[in-house]
Amino acid sequence: MRPARPSDDPGPARERGQAGIRRGVPFGIAVFVIAISFGVLARPVMGTLAPIVMSIVVFSGAAQFGALAVLSAGGGTGAAIAAGVLLNARYLAMGLALAPSLRGRPLSRAGVALTTADASWAAASVGDGMFDPWYMVGASIPQYAGWVLGTVIGVFAGGAIGDPRALGLDALFPAFFVALLFAEVRSPRKRVAAGGGAGIALALTPLLPAGLPILAAATAAVAASRLRS
Amino acid sequence: MTGVWVTVAALALATAALKLAGPLLLGGRRLPAAALSVVEQLASALLAALVVVETFGKGRSLTLDARALGVGFAAVLLARRAPMTVAVIGAAAVAAIARAIT
Repeated sequence: MRPARPSDDPGPARERGQAGIRRGVPFGIAVFVIAISFGVLARPVMGTLAPIVMSIVVFSGAAQFGALAVLSAGGGTGAAIAAGVLLNARYLAMGLALAPSLRGRPLSRAGVALTTADASWAAASVGDGMFDPWYMVGASIPQYAGWVLGTVIGVFAGGAIGDPRALGLDALFPAFFVALLFAEVRSPRKRVAAGGGAGIALALTPLLPAGLPILAAATAAVAASRLRS
Repeated sequence: MTGVWVTVAALALATAALKLAGPLLLGGRRLPAAALSVVEQLASALLAALVVVETFGKGRSLTLDARALGVGFAAVLLARRAPMTVAVIGAAAVAAIARAIT
């Protein structure tokens, strides 16, 4: 059975959420495996407890891997924070995109916005720039569970797992984003946006601090939106 | 170790702030049509950028290694309509094999 699609029909929040959860299960499985690799890589650098707490309170692969890479390389706290923040700067754009779709009291809108994750945000798009908020919340739930559980397992099983690179675990995270990208690029404009974004990020990576090339790639969305369809 | 905890706390607060800023600034107002069209293309641009940075990035330089081979294999699987989990695990398997034989 294929999971129900997101919808801009303001149906019952519970049903939208449940449809989202079903859609989020494969995301959760993929994220679970990726989180194991995060736990394995983080333990020697951050200790036992900090990686787990980080997955609980930050819940962002890009920022966590980015900050970990800086700390592993012996970089300072400030540099690690800067890398993580810049890698997550795209959430600012994603939040602006999401805002008009949010309904209800400010606290409820804020709660929904906090569950934003790349996979569920993209999956909850209903076209015309609108989103199905409760579908997004639902799709984030399996991801959150997978992310935290995988981190715990990675931290404690790290010794048994061995060298994460020898197992190819560093390919998991980008492969997950390739899967999200494949699901997303369903129109010529979106393919132009993707090609442009990739080109900008590649060209700027040698020139700018981590994260900024990704943020700059957002300009490809502006260019693609101007194309005649 | 203090630095690690400061990093965790700062990233938790910053990520929450970044997720909340848009909804707080805009409230329930609707974006103009031109902006909505940009939003529509945004996921493609950002996801593609993340893909290339995480596939080819090595600090501030670019590199072509076993990881890229694995990610390329995942792309082939996805183009043949393989499920996400299969593609992701396949990427790790190909990267691991490539490292084992080189």
